[in-house]
Amino acid sequence: MANADRIMVGTRKGLFELRRNEGWRVTTRHFLGEPVSMVMVDPRDDTVYAALNLGHFGAKLWRRESGASEWSACGVPVYPPQPEGEHGKSLQLIWSLEAGGPEEPGVLWAGTIPGGLFRSNDKGESWALNVPLWARPERAEWFGGGYDQPGIHSICVDPRDSRHLSIAVSCGGVWQTHDGGNEWAPTCQGMYADYMPPERREDPVVQDPHRMVQCPSDPDTLWVQHHCGIYRSIDGGARWMRVFAQPSSFGFAVAVHPHLPDTTWFVPSVKDECRVPVDDRFVVTRTDDSGASFATLSNGLPEGHAYDLVYRHGLDVDETGECLAMGSTTGALWLTEDGGLHWRCLSAHLPPIYAVRFG
Amino acid sequence: MVRVVFAPALQRHVACEPCTVDGASAMQALLQALDGCPAMRGYVLDDQGNLRRHVAVFVDGAMARDRVCLSDAVTSGSEIYVVQALSGG
Repeated sequence: MANADRIMVGTRKGLFELRRNEGWRVTTRHFLGEPVSMVMVDPRDDTVYAALNLGHFGAKLWRRESGASEWSACGVPVYPPQPEGEHGKSLQLIWSLEAGGPEEPGVLWAGTIPGGLFRSNDKGESWALNVPLWARPERAEWFGGGYDQPGIHSICVDPRDSRHLSIAVSCGGVWQTHDGGNEWAPTCQGMYADYMPPERREDPVVQDPHRMVQCPSDPDTLWVQHHCGIYRSIDGGARWMRVFAQPSSFGFAVAVHPHLPDTTWFVPSVKDECRVPVDDRFVVTRTDDSGASFATLSNGLPEGHAYDLVYRHGLDVDETGECLAMGSTTGALWLTEDGGLHWRCLSAHLPPIYAVRFG
Repeated sequence: MVRVVFAPALQRHVACEPCTVDGASAMQALLQALDGCPAMRGYVLDDQGNLRRHVAVFVDGAMARDRVCLSDAVTSGSEIYVVQALSGG
């Protein structure tokens, strides 16, 4: 297993590509000037997908085949005609993109705002709304967090069974299907939403998981950076246990080690109402013991007066678990090749970063 | 006949020459123009067929009064100009 040799960075003003053999410099720019809400490198065939959020002209999806230099336009998720009076139920944003299982080439999943999950069987040429999830009556309880409408930002395809999907919704909780999307159930037991009226705080469908990740080598272990703290599950999401990090448990991003389910990284901020690093000191926290303790990692990160925030898709770990890339709202991009002990700033002058992916 | 022109900001994404179509309303004319250039449709209308929030339609130099249905009347010789609204930073 080799360390990753490419980083794709989706930003407010384009997609940037960095390669190890070029000294981790930005080697190629794509869609310059356009907001890139998500990028995904399909591990099955090395196709790169880039979701654009054109401010005036809607969400678009582009694809670049392995070895190709040109991009081609894909289809985009299309919501079915909405009942009279259902305003806002059209595609606003492609917020998450994931590949299906290894035995289903060409299958992609897209999580969108305003809350629809879509599947493509043909590498993004066409998309179909997952109607069973969309038709769940609880969806009416979902609401936006940071955006006007709710959205699906995390999609975990179980490496043991591609029909088992776990998704996370801001704000709508964690949902799972075990049959490829025909039946869905919310799985949020243990989560607590302190922004809700007291009688609703344990309601699964109003939880705000900011980001959810699944350990590839131990898929029953899931981690969530929630609006109100950090949660871990070791039973496939049936029950969630809260853990407490220092200097803060508030943040957006989380990455889990691909081979060590007890090891995760977070990027803390002060709190909901003050989304800046604690004491103006930008750090990463890492636990190696399931959240019993956290190490604060700052070697190579700015020491003071740093106000970077890392969005939920701004942190990624490669398949070795040693390399992590992290991009911030102020356009700084960092890389570590030793699990976070030492960080290197690859650029401090990119546009605000939405998504970082190895591949 | 009504002439429909897409502004350069749209042409940057999808090349679409000015065209001449029929129609009694701005929407009728716009839809005909988009039929002739399907790739442009998703840039101007959302997936519910509504005019995108940051797209504006001018009829003979005046902004369409009815953004919802684009019912503004057009006559032979009218020109519809589709532009991007100015926003963002």
